[in-house]
Parts: sequence; structure tokens; C-alpha cells
Amino acid sequence: MALVDTATHDDAPKSFFTRYVWSQDHKVIAVQYAGTAIAVGLVGLLLSNLMRLQIGFPGVFEFINAERYYQFVTMHGMIMVIYLLTALFLGGFGNYLIPLMIGARDMVFPYMNMLSFWVYLLSVLVLMTSFFVPGGATGAGWTLYPPQAILPGTPGHEWGIILMLVSLLIFIVATTMGGLNYVTTVLQARCEGMTLLRMPLSVWGIFVATVLALLAFPALFVSGVMMLLDKTLGTSFFMPALLSMGQASDYKGGSPLLFQHLFWFFGHPEVYIVALPAFGIVSDLISVHARKAIFGYRTMVWAIVIIGGLSFVVWAHHMFVSGMNPWFGFFFATSTLIIAVPTAIKVYNWVLTLWRGDIHLSVPMLFTLAFILTFLSGGLTGLFLGNVSVDIPLSGTYFVVAHFHMVMGVAPLLVVFGAITHWFPCITGRMLDERLGRFHFWVTFIGTYLIYFPMHYLGVLGMPRRYHEYANYDFIPASAHSLNAFITVVALFVGAAQLVFVYNLVRSALHGRPAGSNPWRAASLEWATPQVPPQHGNWGATLPVAYRWAYAYSVPGARQDFIAQNAPLQDGGVEPQAPSKPAPGREAAR
Amino acid sequence: MAIAIALLLIVLGSVAFHVVTPWWSTPLASNWGAMDDTMTVTVIVTGIFFVVINLFVVYTLWRFRHRRDARAAYEPENKRLERWLIGVTTVGIVALLAPGLVVYARFVDPPQEAMQLEVLGQQWQWRFRLPGADGAMGGSDVRFVSGDNPFGLDPSDPKAQDDVLIGANEVHLPLGQPVKVLLRSHDALHDFFVPNFRARMNIVPGQVSWFWFTPTRTGRFEAMCAQLCGVGHPAMRGFVVVDDAAAYQAWLQQQPTFAMTLAKVPAGAPGSAQDLLARGRDLAQSKGCVACHTVDGRSGVGPTWKGLYGKTETFADGSTALVDEAYLRGFIRDPKARNVKGFPPVMPQIELAGDELDALVAYIIAQSDRRPQR
Repeated sequence: MALVDTATHDDAPKSFFTRYVWSQDHKVIAVQYAGTAIAVGLVGLLLSNLMRLQIGFPGVFEFINAERYYQFVTMHGMIMVIYLLTALFLGGFGNYLIPLMIGARDMVFPYMNMLSFWVYLLSVLVLMTSFFVPGGATGAGWTLYPPQAILPGTPGHEWGIILMLVSLLIFIVATTMGGLNYVTTVLQARCEGMTLLRMPLSVWGIFVATVLALLAFPALFVSGVMMLLDKTLGTSFFMPALLSMGQASDYKGGSPLLFQHLFWFFGHPEVYIVALPAFGIVSDLISVHARKAIFGYRTMVWAIVIIGGLSFVVWAHHMFVSGMNPWFGFFFATSTLIIAVPTAIKVYNWVLTLWRGDIHLSVPMLFTLAFILTFLSGGLTGLFLGNVSVDIPLSGTYFVVAHFHMVMGVAPLLVVFGAITHWFPCITGRMLDERLGRFHFWVTFIGTYLIYFPMHYLGVLGMPRRYHEYANYDFIPASAHSLNAFITVVALFVGAAQLVFVYNLVRSALHGRPAGSNPWRAASLEWATPQVPPQHGNWGATLPVAYRWAYAYSVPGARQDFIAQNAPLQDGGVEPQAPSKPAPGREAAR
Repeated sequence: MAIAIALLLIVLGSVAFHVVTPWWSTPLASNWGAMDDTMTVTVIVTGIFFVVINLFVVYTLWRFRHRRDARAAYEPENKRLERWLIGVTTVGIVALLAPGLVVYARFVDPPQEAMQLEVLGQQWQWRFRLPGADGAMGGSDVRFVSGDNPFGLDPSDPKAQDDVLIGANEVHLPLGQPVKVLLRSHDALHDFFVPNFRARMNIVPGQVSWFWFTPTRTGRFEAMCAQLCGVGHPAMRGFVVVDDAAAYQAWLQQQPTFAMTLAKVPAGAPGSAQDLLARGRDLAQSKGCVACHTVDGRSGVGPTWKGLYGKTETFADGSTALVDEAYLRGFIRDPKARNVKGFPPVMPQIELAGDELDALVAYIIAQSDRRPQR
């Protein structure tokens, strides 16, 4: 951590363009990333509501024909997983929080950081273009399984699939540029005293998620390139000898299952690329708003690392009924259920952090509590699907849809809302409107539970997902169709409530109540900058020094109920040491 | 405190919903009751964790809500408690995994005496094949597929000759006889899913996947495709009828072998009008037209045939044409030439002999109230 601190106020950009458009400041890039992700996320939200209209009221909205329905399904899934959640957690929160929380002036490669955003924006534009090309966007499902993804019979097989793959490749370039930056910054640019085991868990979650992204996205990249070659040059990486719309094709010898292995080798870590930052951020929100040190910090760090490692050896639980060698099922069911142990520990530790806390039911805390319930629900249903013989009848049904929306859709988004509410004062200097925030919270939390909890039961019944209509199936009772109509109505309300959130963002950024320098009385460094919101270079003349961890809340004997990470050593609150080592910090705390 | 009450109501409501839900597994009709049992174990174990953890949160929120001058405790860790929690969780996980793997060990080990049933998936229809008297399936390859050989069987393979072919979407199975289902696809991924049987598997072109089950109840069960296979995915329906032994034999006797379908001479003799329509209906089934075209007015992947003849069709480019006999013949012969507005341009070119086309067109015309004027 021997850093030469070169930042001076002189290098701050002067013109509007260099400050807000071609900006190399991590805080501006974070807002650019987040703004783009939220905008594209609203498109994904609209698509989901259109889908729900067709499922709830089949045939009423004639423009949602089968072709469009599958295009909506596909684009909704890909937008939400990649272009919203991945971009928002890594490009948005990663960019904003990492340098501030570890006491750095910026990312170590600011120019590459700027490029990362613009390349990401390009990938979004290419993706959106695919709605307007002949044949429309691809309707292959977000998993883009070949052979059908590139064959007639699937909507958008002409240009939509090509633009989708190209957009993904561009996105991966952006993620790689950003990711290398985040990892290097965490490893090289921490301020004095900021040991790895003093970093806030938000940074740990984003850091490990970024490592996963760097290792997992290449698998998607190569499969994207291979499918593009299959589509455009007629190679047969994923294409066996087959009929295309009843006619013989020139493909032969390829393996559709190879794509599935590559896709899920990326796809499962991707779940944790979204989940780990959420885990980390939630830990910090709980600690701040319950005024209590996070329970079992070291265990939390190790749980993040172990979950990250295990996430690379569970991918084929997405493929239990794919037609792969069925003997793989034993290994992947076992590895999948093992990953439940560190995940459960994280839940226990969040809950135990609340225990004997001083719980402030602020909006971020409400979202955190909602996250715990939602994540617990989605995590537990994961035990159904990870256990291979329970998965067999449930695979491909609405049980799966309900599970993954709970665990990696709604749960991380609840964290996003909580986190934005929490850090909005740091970003803008103003508070989000509390009344609008609470309204948005209640509609979103209760609404999503009403949507997804009963949906599991449709899956147990056997309702398959990705059906444009369910006419004349005798095993599906009329009551199930009524339930679908109910879910659709709730989904429309939840969708509308998100507009309230966006309105709140805009209004509060302009007219919100001034927040002061540390409205939540948090201990971590992002609130300890000389100016709030932090200016270019973050730290003014001198870099901060970390004397303790970020969780010195309600330390006995301390003057107030938190001790900032950079407060002088004699204020106490140093983290507990590993038992095998001498504990100088503890001495200092007394 | 609204949040504590809300969490409490969600927990109680979820448990109550689970008790009274009208939506649960379809009635079991196979030997895989053990899958239902492992699911029951999973519901109980996960349900306990869900209720206990959430109620703990509710109590904590109520007990430790912010009060003036209150201060949180300082307890950064408690190794003993953490070890206990890891232990309890591990026991819970083992209790879930162990029975699951025991059941799975049976799933990957089909009984020796199982009969074979081939399920052939093709966009967007099902066909079935049984091995015939020699008990062995003949070889197959998509390059053999033709109008006369929709299964793509190897005509030179002696084992294929007695294979029993079911060209429609309904197959019968004998009660109590273990079945090893061999799954083959001509084109895209599919998945043969009969909810009542529980067991199922994806179908992957270029390979043969399998699963096994034993039907334990007679009846007619709905089968469907459960792996997105293109725009006609929901139209890919089938039925499995489980018969007692006598009824099964009676059905089996009526099914043609591969040799019989090859030998079938194209009907040259002019039949009655009724024969022509019956033949057209059979062709609509066997060529898979019905996967996309209904005769009851519902809109499928393609336009319904009900009332199609005599109406004016609009195309994607805005032009229109009267649907007459020449239109129908031309469209079937070259489906790519024009795109009907509102429908995906995915209709395949299907090989039809001249008299087959006559029969099919006659059948389509018969679905309309308007009659050709001759």
C-alpha cells in the first residue's frame, strides 16, 4: 500500500463535457452506469408487464402474439440479468463505493474506467436496436439455447440473435475493462491502515463478484463467438445434423449440450455476480441502521469467498434434465447443497446483527428486512431445485420462474432500492423523499411477494414456463388461470410503483432535503470526505488513514454510538483480532 | 412496527396458503412416488427454517426497535454460536440431500425388463416408435427423413422393419410395465413432460437421451413440451394412454410397422368424397399441420382453417388475396413466397404427393362454410 499520492486540485476537469460526459471521475461514471442501467431496466420492466398481460388475460391484447411474447420473454430476461443488475452492481455501486470505501482518490485506471462505460452504453444501444431490425429481437429465451436460437421457427433468428450476441460480446469487453480496474484498485489503492480484513463487506462482495465476472464471462464470450460463427458462416460448433423447418440442413456433428455447459459455467457464477454485491451491501445497511457491529465479520468474508469459489462447480444443476450424462447429477446436487451452508450462515449473521441492536426502521432498513425475507424464501426453494430428484418434476415449470425471480431478481433489487436510498445523500447531498420511499417500499415488497409466492404452486401443479397460452389443458384448472390474472394485476401495480421511485430520484436530486455530511451516522469512509458530496479526488489534500474496521458501532465507553473508520486510534473500536494472533488493537480499545 | 406485523402476517399467510392451496401436484400415475416424498421432506425442512428465522426476526424487531437513549450491544462475534448454527444447517442439508440422492440412484438405473418407447420430437408435434417383435429399435438418421419416412429410419436396417410407428400425438402404454423412454429430436431441443408421471427429460438433436418410469394407473394423461422449442412451443401437445394388458394389445395390433408404411402404395383409386376428407384429416395429423393450424377458430402459430377458404387474406407487405383453391395449393407448395400478416413466416415446405395435396386441400376447404363453385 505504498502509494504516491499525486492528486492535486489542479487536475480537476473544468468544462461541462469533461466533468459530466467524458468524465474519468469514478463518481460520475458510477452515476452514468447506474442511470443507463435503470433506464434499460425500465424497458425490461415494461416487457415483463406486457408478458404478464398475455398470461393473465390471454388473447385480449392481440398485438402480443406468440412471436412478440417470446421476444419480450427473452429481452426481459437478458436485460434484467445482464444490462440492469450486473451493470448496476459492478459498474454503478462498484464504481461509486470502491474508491470511497477504501480511501482511494479514484480507480487506478480512470481512462479505462471511462471507456468501460461508453462501451457498455454501446452494448445497450446494439441490444435496443435489435427491436427494430427485420424479424425483430430474438425470441430464443434468455438462455439462447441452440440449435433453435439460430433456426427459423424462433422469432428474430434473422438479425435479432446476431445483435444479441454482438451486444453481449461488447458488454463483456466493458465488464472486463471495468472489472480489471476494480480488482486492481482494491488490491493496490487502499489507504494506509485499510487492510483487506478492514474493508466494508460491500467492497468484499463487489470485489469477489468482480473476480467471478472476470473468470466467468469468458465462457459466455467464447460461446457467443461460436454461435455467431454457426449462424453466419455455417460452422457446426453447437449444431448437429438436423432438419430446419422440415428440410435437411448443412449442419452436422455439433453439440447443443456444449453450449449449455459453457452458458451455465458462466450463468451460475452470474447469479453470484449479482448476489454477492447485494450480500455485502445488505451487511453494511443492517449494521448502520441497527447501530451494531456486523455479526461475525470474518465469517462473512469467508462465506463470500467460499460461495464465490463453489459457484464455479455447481453449474450443471441447471442441466439436471438436459440430457447430459445423468451420473453428473450426484456431484452437482451435492456441490449445490453444500453451497447452501455458507449462504445460510450469511442469513444467520444478518439476523444476529439485528439481535440486541438499536433498530432504526429507516427506508434502507425496511428494504433490508424485505431482502432477508425474500432472499430466504428464494434460497430455500433453491434447495428444492438443487436436490436433483426433487428438481426433475419441477424443472422448466413456474416453480423455477418463481424461485429465480425471488432469489436473484427481487432480492437484489430490494437491496438496490435500499442502497440507493442509503447512499443518495452521499451522491447528491440530499435525502430521498421519505414518504414516497415508504410508499414505493410497501408496494414493491408486498406486491412482489404476492406475485411470486403463489407462483410456486402453479409450478408444482406442472404449468410449464415460456408458454404463450395454456388453452385446453385439462390438468390446469380454471382457478389457476384466475390466479394468473391476479398475479398480472399485482404486477401492473408493482410496475407502476417503480415509476414513483424514479420520480423520487429525480425530484429529490433537485429539491430534496439537504442531508448534511453523515445523515445515517455511518462509520465507513465514504461519509468521511472533506466535502459531502465528495469532490474530484475525494480526499482533499491528504488521504485518510483507517485505524479500525468499518463496524465500530455502539462500542462500550465510546462518546457516541459509532466511531468513524478514520477517527484517531485512541477513540477505540478496533476490530476483534483472529484468536491465534496477539491483539494489539484490543489493548488500544481499552 | 408495521414491518414486524407485515412479516408476521406473511409468515402466517404463507403457511395458511400452503395448507389450503388448491394447486398442488397432479395425481401421481407412475412409480415415482418417492420424488413426491422427497419433495414433502423438503417442504417440511425448508418450511421450518422459513418460519423459525422469520419469527425470530419479527421478535427481534419488536424487542430491539429503536427507543430513545437505547444503545445496541457490542458483540462482534460468537464463535460457539456460529459453530452450532453451521452444525444445525449441515444436518438439515444432509437430511434433504441423502434421500434425494437415494431416489436419484434409482432414476439413473432403469430395470432390465423395461420395454422401450421412442419419443420423437419435431417442431411442433410428437411421434412414437416401439421396437416391434424383435425387441430392438432400428437405426435412424435425419438424412433418411422424407414424406414416406417421417421417422428417418434406416430402410436397410433389418431391425427397423418391424418397428411399430405411431404417427400421431397419442401413444398407449401397458399398465405396470416399466418403460425406458428413448428421446430423439429431428430439429430443436424439446422436453417430453407428463406431469402425472413426474419423470421427464430434455430431447437433444444429435443424441438419444432417456428416462424411465412405470405407469401405475390407467387413464389418458396430457403430455407437453417443456423446453422452449420455437414459436409453436405451446402447441406441441400429446397424450399417453395407459391401458390394461388386453386393451393395450388390441391397440398395438392396429399400429403399422415400418415395413408396412414403406409398402403402402399411394392410393391411386379415386375414393368417395368422404374418403378424401378423411385422408386429408389424417394427413393434417401425420404431417404435423395441426400443431399450428386449428379447425375450431382459435388462432395458433398459423391461421385457423375454420373459415379460411373464401376469406381475403392480408399479407405482411399490405397486399391482399382471396383464399381460393389455387391460393391454398400455391401456399402449401411454397410457404416462403408470401407472409400472412400477424403470423411468423415459419411454415415449412412439406413434401406431399399430388393426391395427398388434393386430399389436404379438400379437407381445408371443408372447414369453411363457403363452397367452391364448379
